[in-house]
Amino acid sequence: MTDHISSPMPNDDTAGPQPDADGHFGPFGGRYIAETLMPAILELDAAYRRISPDVGFQNELTVLLNTYAGRPTPLYHAKRLSAGLGGAAIYLKREDLTHTGAHKINNTLGQGLLAKWMGKEKLIAETGAGQHGVATATVAALFGMECKVFMGIEDIQRQAPNVRRMNLLGAEVVPVDSGTGTLKDAMNEALRYWVGAVEDTFYVIGSVAGPHPYPMMVRDFQKIIGEETKAQIQEAAGRQPDVLIACVGGGSNAMGLFYPFLEDPVEMIGVEAAGKGIDTPQHAATLGKGAVGVLHGSKSYVLQDENGQITEAHSISAGLDYPGVGPEHALLKETKRSRYVSVTDSEALDAFHRLSRLEGILPALESAHAVAYAMEEAAARPATDILVVNLSGRGDKDLGIIFSTMEAK
Amino acid sequence: MSRIERTFNALKEKGEKALVGFVTAGDPNPEMSMELIRAMCRAGVDILELGIPFSDPTADGPLIQRSSSRALAANVSLDTVLEITARLRNETDVPIILFSYYNPIHAFGTEKFYGKAQAAGADGVLVVDLPPEESDEMTGCWNGGTFCLIRLIAPTTPQPRMKMIAGEAGGFLYMVSKTGVTGSAGLDVSQAQVNIEHLKKITSLPICVGFGVSTAADVSALAAVADGVVIGSAFEKLIEENLEDSDLVTVMEEKVREFKSATRVSR
Repeated sequence: MTDHISSPMPNDDTAGPQPDADGHFGPFGGRYIAETLMPAILELDAAYRRISPDVGFQNELTVLLNTYAGRPTPLYHAKRLSAGLGGAAIYLKREDLTHTGAHKINNTLGQGLLAKWMGKEKLIAETGAGQHGVATATVAALFGMECKVFMGIEDIQRQAPNVRRMNLLGAEVVPVDSGTGTLKDAMNEALRYWVGAVEDTFYVIGSVAGPHPYPMMVRDFQKIIGEETKAQIQEAAGRQPDVLIACVGGGSNAMGLFYPFLEDPVEMIGVEAAGKGIDTPQHAATLGKGAVGVLHGSKSYVLQDENGQITEAHSISAGLDYPGVGPEHALLKETKRSRYVSVTDSEALDAFHRLSRLEGILPALESAHAVAYAMEEAAARPATDILVVNLSGRGDKDLGIIFSTMEAK
Repeated sequence: MSRIERTFNALKEKGEKALVGFVTAGDPNPEMSMELIRAMCRAGVDILELGIPFSDPTADGPLIQRSSSRALAANVSLDTVLEITARLRNETDVPIILFSYYNPIHAFGTEKFYGKAQAAGADGVLVVDLPPEESDEMTGCWNGGTFCLIRLIAPTTPQPRMKMIAGEAGGFLYMVSKTGVTGSAGLDVSQAQVNIEHLKKITSLPICVGFGVSTAADVSALAAVADGVVIGSAFEKLIEENLEDSDLVTVMEEKVREFKSATRVSR
């Protein structure tokens, strides 16, 4: 298996489409930030372009991904789940099996190492579900760096175990009570903090969102998911998949899976959170129901009202509960290269239980959205088709919510 | 000559520096906001900066965040801010700068904004999250009138970039005194002075300093080195602390008078 590991090589010859020099993916992306942050963002962009192709950096990252994070992650043929649907074969890319239990570690190891190479000793991060916060706190511990994680008070309640994990890892969790007390507010507060601490602090953004170079950089650190998948499905099935499916909040696990396949004849489906239904105000279907706007440093689709005020997102899954989405997804939607659909809270819960019972895998509620849509898609396709689902995280962090929904029934 | 230029010229003759007063337009509600801004004008504010409320003001500290929330709770939109601007323009010749995040302007339509802001009598706009790299999409439709784009220079801005920003700026340059969000404590006057000296070498535009200015002593210290001083959070604090007080308008007027007299320093 090891000969299939591709090392993460941002901007290498095999890379797919790139944004322009100012980070524009077509009409999306860019850098919409306060002047105080501009020099730091330009410095980061230059440092990333200089350091990431360095063989020493790549080797160090590859060793960490393999020996610390547990890569490559398996690609698993979910036979019982597939059989029950009577359609296409579903394969699961097991990002849930990485250290810290989600794909987030791929990115935090990349950014943490970049921070180290840049000589920064303090990390900050925003977190929704807590997975990115835990992954950042983990890397901070690994590199002996200081770490502050900004987290909405609503999320602190619904993801309590992750708050404790961050504390155990030596990170300070900063509760954010402004706005709706969720991921968007955590990101607002992290940006505010960064404006005041920009000189010695590296902001580890957890998704393919934010100002350039983050959407490109985070995608590059996550594309190892798709690169491994390509090799693994070839070995397992003797051919490439027909469809890739991943959940989309900010969109990093989806970009990581999709990106290496962008030029290939493979369908791509991003699954957003429909919350209580996309025809109610309580959803997080940014690409499905939002409009083009500017939030957190880039232009993309945004959930907003007619006056350009950002509206509250809702999802049972804290990691998808975000009114923005990465600009490269906006472009993939615009060019119709990828299709974006949505799955409700209750459909995601059903998928959670189904996967648990049939395969012995408890998925994160985020990932359960992708599983839910994959079940529908597989049932409608011939048995010869192959679907790959990014199982982006494990469900342990969600047990509290799962139990409370079971009690409510 | 633009209203902003006329204002700075007149101040120069009088040996005064500009007091630039920021409030979120429509905070706590459009009518009270009108009264507060009128009081600011009576007390001698030289330039008004009217904030367009935004749900996610990432460059602002808690005071301006809360002022934005109060205005939004009172259903203040960009349209409302333009109405307030037009009403003020009927009453005063004080230059009015609109202060915004980009999304409300983007949602409104950049071309429509350019037309309506000028028609309302605004003299310029400052868009805090629209750096020079991205601003063409807003200013592409501008046709060379006096309506200007006010630019920010931060303490982190390197000199070549200062030059680039100053080269494209109009009205005056807004120099951020310190790294941090609005309302942060710890004003460093000597650092501001160093930055102003750098800036003076590359621009003839007036330089106004803001962020972290909260007392009359701060104002007079900065007035000694800059062409103007911007105050925002201190006014929002005053509004917040006197929301229930029937004397709010008087309190505001007195505060502005106090700050204004601190700008009367001749070099």
